[in-house]
Amino acid sequence: MSQGALQKAHEDVHKTQPWNNPDAVPFIRFENVTKKFGDFYAVDDVSLDIYRHELFALLGGSGCGKTTLLRMLAGFEEPTAGKIFIDGVDMAGVPAYERPTNMMFQSYALFPHMTVEQNVAFGLHQDGLPKSEIRTLVSDMLALVQMTKFAKRKPHQLSGGQRQRVALARSLVKKPKVLLLDEPLGALDKKLREQTQFELVNIQEKVGTTFVMVTHDQEEAMTMASRIAVMNEGVIRQLGTPFELYEYPNSRFTANFLGQVNLIEGTLVDDDEKYAVIQSDDAGGEIYIDHAVQGHEGATLWIALRPERLRLLTEQPTDTKYNCLSGKVEEIGYLGGLSTYHVRLDSGFRIKVTEPNSSRHIEPRYTWEDRVWVTWEAGAASVLNQ
Amino acid sequence: MSSDKPTLKQRYDRLMLRHGRIIVIGLPYLWLMLFFLIPFLIVLKISFATAEYAQPPYSALFTWIDEGVNITINFGNYLFLLSDSLYISAYLNSIRIAAISTVITLLIGYPMAYGIARAQGSLRSVLLMMVILPFWTSFLIRVYAWIGILDREGLINALLLNLGIISEPLIMRQTEFAVYIGIVYTYLPFMILPLYSTLEKMDVSLIEAALDLGCKPWKAFIKVTLPLSMPGILAGSLLVFIPSVGEFVIPELLGGPNTLMIGRTLWNEFFANRDWPIASSVAIAMLLFLVVPIMWFQHIQTKQEENGQ
Repeated sequence: MSQGALQKAHEDVHKTQPWNNPDAVPFIRFENVTKKFGDFYAVDDVSLDIYRHELFALLGGSGCGKTTLLRMLAGFEEPTAGKIFIDGVDMAGVPAYERPTNMMFQSYALFPHMTVEQNVAFGLHQDGLPKSEIRTLVSDMLALVQMTKFAKRKPHQLSGGQRQRVALARSLVKKPKVLLLDEPLGALDKKLREQTQFELVNIQEKVGTTFVMVTHDQEEAMTMASRIAVMNEGVIRQLGTPFELYEYPNSRFTANFLGQVNLIEGTLVDDDEKYAVIQSDDAGGEIYIDHAVQGHEGATLWIALRPERLRLLTEQPTDTKYNCLSGKVEEIGYLGGLSTYHVRLDSGFRIKVTEPNSSRHIEPRYTWEDRVWVTWEAGAASVLNQ
Repeated sequence: MSSDKPTLKQRYDRLMLRHGRIIVIGLPYLWLMLFFLIPFLIVLKISFATAEYAQPPYSALFTWIDEGVNITINFGNYLFLLSDSLYISAYLNSIRIAAISTVITLLIGYPMAYGIARAQGSLRSVLLMMVILPFWTSFLIRVYAWIGILDREGLINALLLNLGIISEPLIMRQTEFAVYIGIVYTYLPFMILPLYSTLEKMDVSLIEAALDLGCKPWKAFIKVTLPLSMPGILAGSLLVFIPSVGEFVIPELLGGPNTLMIGRTLWNEFFANRDWPIASSVAIAMLLFLVVPIMWFQHIQTKQEENGQ
């Protein structure tokens, strides 16, 4: 590759992945932010940079501090310690009504005594815009979320999905620098949620606003977000793109939190520059890793194996003694698109394998109590030391 | 099953299944018929009679003459109410005092209800308890207590005289001021409780949403909290206004001789003048005055329920 092409590739990466550009200026910055409620640390010394035009997701279970972080950004809570900057401005002491943020509430918080139109216009009236301009902005926004037909309705006359659109319109119409979304799709049913996920991403691309959203739904975060911060007990456990988090979890916590995983405990017995071997009593065999592992020999490690990266064989492979665990099929779950198999290894450990059902007329290859061998490629496993 | 005869329990169940709804709705209506509608009709009947020195002290409405009924209706009492300025000014005065009291009660009750609704769990029940607590003492005793406080030789005057703030005792009792104190004090819980229940149900995130969209806190209150608590304001105001108009005990005990209210006028007609027909027509006229706001209140309530809020 020529020097120029390489340069161009770098620039592209820097544009689409500003977090990989050391010169990029973060748009939102949390600096050692802590929030205490009494003795409880809701957010514990969090530092985080979010860049312009990102769709950033804070992901975690209930009580992990994600909502508190969002509410501090909106100005509903003041941090106990630390600083928050939006577009370079320190937000300390700036009340919610003067911040360049708008929030889409989990309950939508639509004003029940106002029509859809009045709800959307509410924020614009506070800015004292001329009436004609408000009318144009509101109708444009209602068109964007496809709610023009319902402009004169009251919130209680709308379905859940329609309310969600109105809430989005109301928070977007003021063109905030940052749009905050608290569980934006939490109140919708599954089908509608999946459909709305993509719509929301499309709208975000259209308006170019920086979105920060809070969710407990990992699928939602993975589908929508440019980057995800996985939170637990007030701290960010891992930060990265959906791909990075799924393929390179840094801990058992994130590996478990995102998708399904088999976690196998083992001991490092051989560590070379090019490979590593881990002896696992859990699995009852030796596991071969195709890269070096940071750790001394004898250290306890965990292997994270995604069920879809495992294969089932009906006969024992003869070419290798590594990455090959024998067991019996204990449970079969037919999910249509794929099937999950729970295999009880000879060691007693239960391992989960999923295989796609890529053809319609296929005889099931294994049934209950069949002896099978579970194998995987050397690159499929991630090694975790915490 | 051995027997074909239904047991008592089965019979009862069948009865409740078939007629349960009628029984449940019917009983309170029966109660209202007996103790509200029939007395009302009696009073209505008396209001169309003329006063007599007799037992009972009014003329009969229906007289039997030769197998026929002779009905004598006397509208004179109502015409008399209109012709004598005493009654009209008593009505207007009652409405004025009730209206001013309602506004004062609202101004005091709203912040209290708001504070209670936003208080933490355990504190909230304590505060609510304190609002309800006065009901455990007789209303009459509480009004008498105010006499002791407001009297010429009462608590306030004694305190202020001893502190040297005033040299002459203040005249507080037997003034309209004392009537306002009495009404506001007595009816405050009726304002607070409905206000509390609407404010407590209100989603706090609505106010946050208003702030988020650029409202200063006071504006968020006017644009969101106030309109959404309107049902509570109306319910509370009517609960204070309606009984205040007909209030008798408070103006009698705390008010002066000049505090003209319709409740007192009514009492005078009945017990001092013993003119039952006039007294009855005063009562009926007052009822009609109040029926309009009551029906309005009902209308608002049903509308509110239909909106499902």
